[in-house]
Order: sequence, then C-alpha cells, then structure tokens
Amino acid sequence: MKQVKLMQGNEACVEGALYAGCRFYAGYPITPSTEIAEGCAVRMPQVGGRFIQMEDEIASCAAAIGASAAGTKSMTATSGPGFSLKQENLGYACLTEVPFVLVDVQRAGPSTGLPTSPSQGDMMQAKWGTHGDHPIIAIAPSTVEECYKLCVRCFNLSEKYRTPVLFMMDEIVGHLRESVELPEDGELEVIDRAAPADPKNAGPAYACPNGELVPVMAPFGQGQRYNITGLIHTDDGFPTNSNDIADSQVRRLIRKIEENRDDIITYEEKDLEDADTCIVCYGGTARSVYSAVETLRAEGKKVGIFRPITVWPFPEKELEAISGKVKRIVVAEHNDGQILLEVQRVVKDNCKVDFIGKINGTVITPDEIVAKVKEA
Amino acid sequence: MSKMEIRLAGTGGQGLITGTIILAEAGIFENKFVAQSQSYGPEARGGMCKGEVIISDEKIGFTKVTKPTFVMALSQLSFEKYCYGLSDECFVLVDETIEVPADYQRKNFLKLPILATAREKVGKMQTVNIVSIGAINEILKLSSFENVKKAVLLHIPKGTEELNLKALEEGAKLLTK
Repeated sequence: MKQVKLMQGNEACVEGALYAGCRFYAGYPITPSTEIAEGCAVRMPQVGGRFIQMEDEIASCAAAIGASAAGTKSMTATSGPGFSLKQENLGYACLTEVPFVLVDVQRAGPSTGLPTSPSQGDMMQAKWGTHGDHPIIAIAPSTVEECYKLCVRCFNLSEKYRTPVLFMMDEIVGHLRESVELPEDGELEVIDRAAPADPKNAGPAYACPNGELVPVMAPFGQGQRYNITGLIHTDDGFPTNSNDIADSQVRRLIRKIEENRDDIITYEEKDLEDADTCIVCYGGTARSVYSAVETLRAEGKKVGIFRPITVWPFPEKELEAISGKVKRIVVAEHNDGQILLEVQRVVKDNCKVDFIGKINGTVITPDEIVAKVKEA
Repeated sequence: MSKMEIRLAGTGGQGLITGTIILAEAGIFENKFVAQSQSYGPEARGGMCKGEVIISDEKIGFTKVTKPTFVMALSQLSFEKYCYGLSDECFVLVDETIEVPADYQRKNFLKLPILATAREKVGKMQTVNIVSIGAINEILKLSSFENVKKAVLLHIPKGTEELNLKALEEGAKLLTK
C-alpha cells in the first residue's frame, strides 16, 4: 500500500523537487514561502544536495541559475516583493537557456501588502515581469498533492525545453495541509536535460541544427567551450549585435514553447458535458469552485469547471472550444481580473464573460461563487 | 456523511495551529480526508490566531471552515470574534477564564479549566494545546486515544514526550472525571 502523509503544500513542493532530482536550493526566506526554504535547508543535505541562504532574492535567483548552468537541477522560491526581485535574473535564464524552477507562493500585494494572506495577483507578472519578448511556462497547483507532482513536472519541462519554469503557488495551497499519496520511485517520469556524448568534440553549445528548437549543450565546465551572457549571442555564446541573430534567437525561444503547447499544456475539465455555465479558475481558487459547483449541481444548475493547470502558455484552443458550447463563462481568481483578460481575449463574442475576484486578503467562499453564478 | 469543521482560536504562541495539525494527523490515522489551515498576523506571538481543520469521510473541496461544528476559544478576543453567529448544533468550548455574558445560550456549550490544567496540573503553560486536544477528542470522539497519542508524538519537540502525554491525559480527564 502506498504511503499517505499529512503534508503542507510548501513541504510537498520541496519533496517534489527532490523527487525530480533537484539538488540545489538558494533562497531568501519570505512568508508565505518560507517553509520551502526551511524544508530545503533540512532535506538537501540529507540527499547530498546543497542549500544556501543568499543576501537577497536577486542573488539567490542568480545562485540557482549558476548551479543549474553547472549541471545541477536547481530551485528558488519566494513570495510578494521577492518575486519582483527575481524578475531580472528570470529573463537572464530565458535568454541563456538555463533551466531552473522558480516558485512563487503568492500573497496579497502590492508591495509588502498582507504577508500572510492569499492572492493570485502575480499572474500577469509571471507572464511579463521580466523585460523583453520572452516565452514563459507557469503552472498552478490546486491541492497539496499537486504541489508535489506538478513540481516534478515543472522540473521536467524546464529540463526538456531548457527554460525557467514558474511554479505559481498561492497562500491557499502553500499553507494548506492535507494528505498526499507519496509516489514511489520510478512512478513519476523524471526528465534530465540532453547533453552531448562527447562534450570536448561537440559543436557550438547554442547551435540548433536541422530546425531543432532546444540546444543540446554540456553543463558549463565539462569540456565544451562556450560563454554565457545575457546579451544576444552567437552559437558559442559570445555577444553579437547582429540583428539577424537577435531575430532568429528570440523567435526560436518563443517557438520552442509555442510549437510545443500540446506537450506543455495540461488542464482539468469537470462537469462540462451538459454545462451552460463554465467557471474558469486555477490554483487555490479551484477549491472554492469545486464546493460551489457541488452546491449548484445539487440544485440542478448545469455548471462545469475549466481549470488551466498550465496557465502560461494559456490553453487558448481548449477554452475557445468550450466558449462555443456554453452560454456563459465566469472567471474566478484572487486578483482584480488578470487571467480574465486572457479569457476575454480568447472567448471574444462566443459567450458572455463574467468575473468574481477578491483583493482584500480573504478567500473567495463557495457561497460567493454560487451567488455570482445565480446572478442573471 | 460525516464532516467536522473545527476551529481553534486564541492567542499566538498557544500552539493552536499545531493543535489543528495534530487533529488532522489523527484524522489520517483514522483513514479520513483532512484539510488543515490557519490564519495569523505578521507578529510572531501575542496576536490573534486561529487554526482550522476539516475532517471528512469524503474528499474536501473548499478547505476553510465556513460552518463550524466545533469552536474552541482560549482568549477573550477570540471568544468575541469566533463564538457568535454559529449554527445551533455547533459545540463551543471555552476556557474558564473567559467572561461569557449571561445571555450567551447554547445547546452545546462547555467551560473547562484548560489554561489552569496546563499551568498547574501539567506544570507547563506551553502544553495548553495538547491539554486542549485531549479534551476535544473526548468531546468529539474524533479518533482513538492511541491514534491521538501517535499524532501528538509526531508534532512535539524531542525530549518533551512525557510532559505532552501527561498533558493529553489531563485534558481527557477534564471530561471523564
């Protein structure tokens, strides 16, 4: 029989990271993500990994990227204002194509806001917080078990596409404790980044021949000579001002995510078969929605749920298909309407789009969602 | 279906969040679905604090307590904030030091010397949460005494086992004597 354990979301995230093979954590503790740093401080040394508390969030993000460039799967976690500080180096990892997982346990902002209260106010920052055109992968868990399993998936996507992945938790799931069925060794897929068999005789590190989208490069310092820079670079990693290279390089970064949407995007559809109303939600908000839909269904209301698990890239075609079948979509999120914008962009005039959001630091209750759905 | 929504409220430092974690752990030993959460302020201790746990036979959607079936208050402020507007069936447990207005009438209401038991009988104020767990489990019959014991031992500092098990027993005795 599988082992069932009472775990906190933050704790499950740490265990998921270890399962995925993460062996380096650098961070600067901040509520409500602190238990991830605390957990890594205890667990990393037990499995031969390293934990380091840096002087701030900027440095800890840089340390995680550095460790990963050298070949060790790495993670950093933060909340609130810490996520703003991580943005600079997030872009650096996008362009240098260094995989790592950045966890944001969202809390109410702006600024230091309400440190112990839930929010999903960083969703657009996740997409555009670091400057310049770049793609991003962001995943949002709704249960403690998902904090574990989806953290493994974050690492897998990061390794496969050599790109940073954002694990967009929130205070609701981060500080929630519930039971987790621990996966056994080998049960979940674990992907390691591809590397050349003979680094010394491998070609330029960033070269992507034959229309490939992800470079196959050796960990830094293991025989293949290349440079790492946040400037637009040639195939061996040295800076260039070539407009052609700038164009092809950034377009390739975007294409490596865009052209693999079907592999990257996962979502949950529930009770949609006969639904005339669909509630769109993600992360901790889904817990309120599950209970609300149970109540509404018991009253005979035909309501279903669409929950993007991968929030970025946004599951456009999946939602578009739903919007052609239902009369109304209600977006529920703990912000003033961020993913709402994405839903409106995708749905256009296919059906009515309504919104329920909260920014006062409290959780949207099932009753509030029920009332919203019942509004004509 | 049985679903219990439990809220423990008091002052930061009383260990009530740990208390709800222990109840959740004991619930898992009884093969129940559990969801435990908390709210507290940025201060380390002294602020108002509440821990919540839902223990259910079925999978849990919304994870916060909305219709409490049991509330315990260990401070005057938390009594005033959390012990009103409850359903008729909800069980309210308060410490004997709480000033309860004469017109506060409930079907299921109990005043117990929880703080005094921790301070005097167990001899350590920090065990107030474990004394509470002992009493609560006797009232609600959430879990076997053995499973509660096991859960307590998982969530206390090493070297305090004897003290905390005594606290658990003294808490239970408040109901059985």
